[in-house]
Amino acid sequence: MNRSTYLSFEQVGMSFRRGARVTEVLRDVDLKIGEGEFVSIIGHSGCGKSTLLNIVGGLLKSTTGEVFLEGRVVDEPGPDRAIVFQNHSLLPWLTVYGNVRIAVDKVFRRTKSAAARHDWVMHKLELVQMAQHRDKRPHEISGGMKQRVGIARALAMQPKVLLMDEPFGALDALTRAHLQDSVMDIHARLGNTVMMITHDVDEAVLLSDRIVMMTNGPSATIGEVLTVGLPRPRRRLELATDVEYTRCRAAVIEFLYARHKMPARAA
Amino acid sequence: MPSAVKAVKPPVDSDAPPAPAAVLALPLKRPPLAERLALIISEAARRAVPPVVMLAVLIALWELLCSQAGSRLPPPSKVLADTWDFIVDPFYDNGGIDKGAFWHIANSLGRVAIGFALAAVAGIALGVLVGQSTWAMRGLDPIFQVLRTIPPLAWLPLSLAGFRDAQPSAIFVIFITSIWPVIINTSVGVRNIPQDYRNVAAVIRLSWYEFFWKITLPATVPYIFTGLRIGVGLSWLAIVAAEMLIGGVGIGFFIWDAWNSSRISDIIVALVYIGLVGFLLDRLIAALGHVISHGTSAS
Repeated sequence: MNRSTYLSFEQVGMSFRRGARVTEVLRDVDLKIGEGEFVSIIGHSGCGKSTLLNIVGGLLKSTTGEVFLEGRVVDEPGPDRAIVFQNHSLLPWLTVYGNVRIAVDKVFRRTKSAAARHDWVMHKLELVQMAQHRDKRPHEISGGMKQRVGIARALAMQPKVLLMDEPFGALDALTRAHLQDSVMDIHARLGNTVMMITHDVDEAVLLSDRIVMMTNGPSATIGEVLTVGLPRPRRRLELATDVEYTRCRAAVIEFLYARHKMPARAA
Repeated sequence: MPSAVKAVKPPVDSDAPPAPAAVLALPLKRPPLAERLALIISEAARRAVPPVVMLAVLIALWELLCSQAGSRLPPPSKVLADTWDFIVDPFYDNGGIDKGAFWHIANSLGRVAIGFALAAVAGIALGVLVGQSTWAMRGLDPIFQVLRTIPPLAWLPLSLAGFRDAQPSAIFVIFITSIWPVIINTSVGVRNIPQDYRNVAAVIRLSWYEFFWKITLPATVPYIFTGLRIGVGLSWLAIVAAEMLIGGVGIGFFIWDAWNSSRISDIIVALVYIGLVGFLLDRLIAALGHVISHGTSAS
């Protein structure tokens, strides 16, 4: 892993104040992510991993420390850090096409003609295999298809970093596997920098270059970072018996369930 | 017990990737035309028969009760006989207020249209304001909650004093009656815009103006139309009462005039018309909401 720092977290901490009580969710998070790298953040519920993603996304402001993207401080939301939300967050009154188009129209208003924006939207929809459903509304398509559109919308912003907040958490196992393959394929083709929140060990090992393991909250921080030394392209079937895959999987499970097992109260 | 936790989480990696299955296109079998037609007719009959039967039963009961000697209200047969000319010729115009049913209803609807349109525009604008600004909500909501309980007719003397003319006073009564549900429902809709939509808007950096047109309004449409439906019903209730007091051409004063001339049958026919028009107004707003919200608003 010899890449220059692209996205970096420096001493990021986050506290929420409710009345007189202050809850520290994150403390001293230091992480550097290289361009084109696929990094997963894994941890038990309540470890602040979504908070971390929202800080990068600019939806939350960290209490201490800063996040830098290409050397510039992140302090507000923006299309350079597109988010794939867990619950897809499609606008129900717009079609599949319209949901992607609204983002493209805003982001490329000055830099692309209307015809070019249309082609751009269609290209992203084709990338996630949703072009033939362009005129359907969100309530007419399945959960997996909605998430495909959510991915297309995020990719259409041509983000520097693609942020995915448990993108497949609400999907059934087969659909999830399908979408994971799609994401691997897209990552291989476009070379995006991706930061993904997950609580699925297999998903993290399959997709990531590095896996960031979070300790339990409150005051959660990075416990360990595991480099997944698996060559790409990765094939789900071949990995089942791969030694490196099994080692990574065991390492993450060991971290999550032996050394940082979920506190009893939250289980 | 880490080992137990491990045990309940079987490895997913043994899952084979879903192989692309061959898709066989089955020819869609459409039933023959006659069969589909029969299906539609039987479905329509299933829906139409119960209300028709109930209506017949109720009319028969009414006929029975009012046919006895000394009955104060006319039976349906007498109503029909008395008002037949009025029913079959709704367009006659003998000058003054001696006009056909169409003109009375059209006049009332005209007043409702103006008053309700003003209430819709002002109500949506105020509702958005109250929904978006906590300060405006705290300041205005208690005032609205008190004002909305004032009965429509209680406003009439005040508006007559202000406008010194019957027509704008009636329109004002419609306006003030129907605006409250529009304001309240719109503001609830604005306050209930899901955080998800706000996050999406933040990521693509919609301006305040774009957020209003592309998120706030479409997300609030189902709520707005709920308010509009209640509002149009209330304004139809209010216009009949207001017209009884202000006089002139209109279905409300028609009823009052009929009572003063002891034309009880005319009153009954007018009531039926008012009910039907009110029902149609409600369906109209509901259908409009259904179309505008792309089916997300219940009709």
